[in-house]
Amino acid sequence: METGELNPNHYPVRRAANAVQHYINTQYGSPFKVFMVEKVHSGYAEDINNTGRKYQLEISVQEMLGNSTHKCSAEVLFPKGDGSPEVNVSCEELETLNTTKDDEAFYEKLKTSQNMLMAQYLPDSHGHIEPDMKPLRHLGIVASSFIMLKESTEQTLYNMAQVGNVTQLATETDELKFDYFILLHDMVSQEIIRWKLQISWSPLEGVKVQQMEKMPHCHECKKTPNTD
Amino acid sequence: MPEITQWKSDIASRHKDVVSIIKYGKTYENRTIDLLKIGFPGINKTIIWMDCGIHAREWISPAFCQYFIKTILESYKTDPRMELLMKNMDFYVTPVLNVDGYMFTWINQTTRLWRKNRTPGPCGCTGTDLNRNFYSNWGTVGVSFDCCSLTYPGRAPVSEPEARALTQFVETISDRVLAFLTIHSYGQLLLIPYGHPEVIAPNQDELMEVGVAAAEAMEKVHGMKYKAGTSPTILYEFSGSSRDWARLQGVPYCFTFELRDDGTHGFELPQEQIRPACEEAYSGAMHIINHAHDKVFNNKAPAATGALWGTLLVAMVTKWLL
Repeated sequence: METGELNPNHYPVRRAANAVQHYINTQYGSPFKVFMVEKVHSGYAEDINNTGRKYQLEISVQEMLGNSTHKCSAEVLFPKGDGSPEVNVSCEELETLNTTKDDEAFYEKLKTSQNMLMAQYLPDSHGHIEPDMKPLRHLGIVASSFIMLKESTEQTLYNMAQVGNVTQLATETDELKFDYFILLHDMVSQEIIRWKLQISWSPLEGVKVQQMEKMPHCHECKKTPNTD
Repeated sequence: MPEITQWKSDIASRHKDVVSIIKYGKTYENRTIDLLKIGFPGINKTIIWMDCGIHAREWISPAFCQYFIKTILESYKTDPRMELLMKNMDFYVTPVLNVDGYMFTWINQTTRLWRKNRTPGPCGCTGTDLNRNFYSNWGTVGVSFDCCSLTYPGRAPVSEPEARALTQFVETISDRVLAFLTIHSYGQLLLIPYGHPEVIAPNQDELMEVGVAAAEAMEKVHGMKYKAGTSPTILYEFSGSSRDWARLQGVPYCFTFELRDDGTHGFELPQEQIRPACEEAYSGAMHIINHAHDKVFNNKAPAATGALWGTLLVAMVTKWLL
């Protein structure tokens, strides 16, 4: 693979930037905050002895719901062989993006509700999501980002295709808990990869993954696994 | 699919003077594959080829073919430029090539993300990736021979009835095909031949220039950014695509469109984005078509001799480009 100054339009930096996007979402994402790479400005790659390849990137990310754009400098080390990439990133004004009022309101609503929230197919086949359910989808993207980051290599480009289903779980702690069944799309292999995971979230603590489990490749899925 | 089938039939009967349906094959499950031929009557006319729906889950693709057909039919009577294109050329547009796969994705939510066709495979899984099955460096890169894989190229080049139908039909007209546009999603890209990193199209520089300009035209419509380039540089390497096969046949202007979006919704593009996605894609497609047309036709030539000269020029240009 190429080293040195890389063309920002070519796929190697794009894939590295994708890993940065996932990392940012794990750290800063919430039901009302989701980040996407907006532009790759420059990229540089070097082989690190025999341990892997390091990319240095200048990118801009966009927070999709509030529409803010942030310039970031990032380093991604893809290890040789198996293993997740190591990402270091610093972005303008990301630290100062406060937890939104929407996050807090959503948290309060769920904390005080007697009913456990449940939903499936976000978005549905027609790309539709009920407005009430959008925060659950965003939370799904953030949850997925932990997996997508873990699984990212120089040969992958992950997006969350769909939340298959999500169930809120009862909990005695401050955090809210959810079981998610999600479908990821890897652009490079074109595969749909299915994962179950259990996460916790609060505006203060952010998203944390309790459990994750990869589901077998489904060739002719007739049923979506239940999240119980 | 039933709605699309009905719509094709309605369009053909409402525009009898310029539209005809050409059936050119059958899918694995024995469904008809057909296209709408659109243009003023003439013989041996230059052809613009467009196919949609090779990959079942890419729903915006058939929607775009329909939008394209609708738009050119709505404009040719009032837009002199479109009238000229219809005089000099025929548009051959296939709204859905992978009919079986497309219909499968409509069954319910669990089938929505199907990609391949529906031929049973040799290892217990169904489906071949049609865009790996064409006879263009078949089976060399970007494929998996695990028949459960979503990039399984089939048991042999052109083993699939859908790929065979397109191949056999286009073979009979390939010397007249000026542009071959194959429509996919998602990614917001304009891809030029070849998918194999070591094969370079003789007119790659021109294709890049046209692709970059088409992407700029698309961005002007709604501000969405599209990137142009060869697959191995901006996406991934892969072999056996319809676009590569067409270029190998000598078709000069071959492009893959990867329409909206950038990964936010992916294949499940929301309804409100269908029209804007089609509008910008139309702009990109027309840029390529206009460029190709102007390269081989003298705008001022009257229709009848224009068509003949056009054909001769295309043949000469094609030979030169090869």
